[in-house]
Amino acid sequence: MARIDLVDLAHSYGGNDAPLESFALKPVTMTWRQGGAYALLGPSGCGKTTLLNLISGIVTPSSGKILFDGADITPLSTQKRNIAQVFQFPVIYDTMTVGQNLAFPLKNRGVPKADIDARVKKIADLLDLTPYLDRKATRLTADAKQKISLGRGLVRSDVAAILFDEPLTVIDPELKWQLRSKLKALHRDLDLTMIYVTHDQTEALTFADTVVVMHDGRVVQSGTPAELFDKPAHTFVGYFIGSPGMNIVPATVSGHEARIDGHTIGLHRNYGVLPAGAKIEIGVRPEFVNVAAPASGLLSANIERIDDLGRVRFARVRVGDAKFAARVPPGFSVPDNTVGLVFDPSHVHVYADGRLVEGVA
Amino acid sequence: MDKTVNQKAWFLVLPVFLVVAFSAILPLMTVVNYSMQDTFGNNQFFWNGVGWFKELLDPSTDLGGRFLDSLARNLFFSAVILAIEVPLGIVVALSMPREGWSVAACLVILALPLLIPWNVVGTIWQIFGRPDIGLLGYTLNHLGMNYNYVSNEFDAWATVIVMDVWHWTSLVALLCYAGLKSIPDAYYQAAQIDGASRWAVFTAIQLPKMNRVLLIAVLLRFMDSFMIYTEPFVVTGGGPGNSTTFVSIELVKIALGQFDLGKAAALSLVYNLIILIVCWIFYTVMTNAGNERPAKQGVA
Repeated sequence: MARIDLVDLAHSYGGNDAPLESFALKPVTMTWRQGGAYALLGPSGCGKTTLLNLISGIVTPSSGKILFDGADITPLSTQKRNIAQVFQFPVIYDTMTVGQNLAFPLKNRGVPKADIDARVKKIADLLDLTPYLDRKATRLTADAKQKISLGRGLVRSDVAAILFDEPLTVIDPELKWQLRSKLKALHRDLDLTMIYVTHDQTEALTFADTVVVMHDGRVVQSGTPAELFDKPAHTFVGYFIGSPGMNIVPATVSGHEARIDGHTIGLHRNYGVLPAGAKIEIGVRPEFVNVAAPASGLLSANIERIDDLGRVRFARVRVGDAKFAARVPPGFSVPDNTVGLVFDPSHVHVYADGRLVEGVA
Repeated sequence: MDKTVNQKAWFLVLPVFLVVAFSAILPLMTVVNYSMQDTFGNNQFFWNGVGWFKELLDPSTDLGGRFLDSLARNLFFSAVILAIEVPLGIVVALSMPREGWSVAACLVILALPLLIPWNVVGTIWQIFGRPDIGLLGYTLNHLGMNYNYVSNEFDAWATVIVMDVWHWTSLVALLCYAGLKSIPDAYYQAAQIDGASRWAVFTAIQLPKMNRVLLIAVLLRFMDSFMIYTEPFVVTGGGPGNSTTFVSIELVKIALGQFDLGKAAALSLVYNLIILIVCWIFYTVMTNAGNERPAKQGVA
């Protein structure tokens, strides 16, 4: 059990002299609370697995420090850190039974036999593996194998954090749900820090209290699922999270107004001074843009198609060169070509060079 | 379903049929024919029924004694070289580099002995071991060991075994190396996290993951050593006495030395049968080892 601090942690697979742009993980400073459920979310190659491997010690950082409860553990080997990790593909010791698999980490650490048995029994109960303790682990299904990998982490009573590296990749969809709920339940029961790497936003948002979104080796935003949804700190977060993603459109912004294609949209806040020369965009989630019958005060757009998601319909529209997704209100009959767009000003955000600009109320 | 009758298809099968007939079926039937007869030369043959086969299995007769002795020697030889080459091959594979330019260098060096023809290997060791001009033989004698593979049984055996180990350990090592390379990194990382010692990593991960290639290696090395002829024939000629006369050498002596075609034919049939049976056993074991893999349903 521990709080984990990362201090200016950075890693490059090309050595320390490589240019910063090529670093797999650019310098990051952040704190992982004891007992928190975190998700590291980002597309493939964004550095999330690198960050995970740095914490578990499989990879040694090019620079920076990792602290467990304030103690610097950067130079320690994986064995000496109290970390458990579950990998993308189930790692099972083929010749052993389920019970022997679970006992393996304790046996290696010279724990007395009686303690091992008690601990293995407890963890097997927790993971519903008790009926299989004497079975050969190779014969089990992928989800049972993943539970065993997780169990090998849990048996150690001293474990500080459990890291998951896309653990549900090889699991069947309906079992994914069960296993994810199991993880959540374990997290509640055991008061362990869990860090979960995934590129699947549903997995991340349902599992974690805090989602850390990574992009191109950087942490772009860290917050609750609601924060990521309501107030993306970066245009990347905006369109990566949400389905469909946020509308990001170039605009000119001054004061309480944004102009797109010659049309003015009111803003909730005042954006007086924007960085000179920066690329200014506004971002608004499709949920906060409604289509309406064309009217003089509305931004007019051409409909390209309608996506019916069952519970809600989204219209794909075009304004000049910019594309929008917008909600079609229930009962609204969509005309063939032109509609007007109604924006909810409190949910329109302004971005300069991709970063959120905080306006003045 | 109606089948199209097309007799022309037989012409397409014909070439294969002829090749197999002349290369396998006819020679085999000739051997079966010989094995039932005795000859005193001059192309005169006399019917002997299963007489030769009875003699072969009876140690009190000349033919049976020679066959069973050479068979025992051959099995002992195979057992010894397997006991040396398999562990040694594993050790070599484990100590090979996993990446970088040295991998290619190691692979080339390991492959070299495998590329040398059998009789050349025999010649190399025959000269290498000679007490008068051979580097090995001269050095050992100079150091005070009375090493002479021509007159001493133990020295002859040692030479033949070391020669085989030199020639074929590479094969085991290369197979094991391929097996090791196929283990995903996650296994080693998980073992690190589980605090496994080097030995635990070997027994829990590497050895189980290598078991299939090891089975192939054992099969190949057993078959090959059971059929060994050229190398010991070139080095020791089966001597001193009959001490390194393996089954194949005995067979050639009977067939070409004494021209006892009947006895030789019977012996070669039994020899062939043994190899077929061992092949079948290994094949069955290997197929069953593969069948254990698929996961069974049942855990949610």
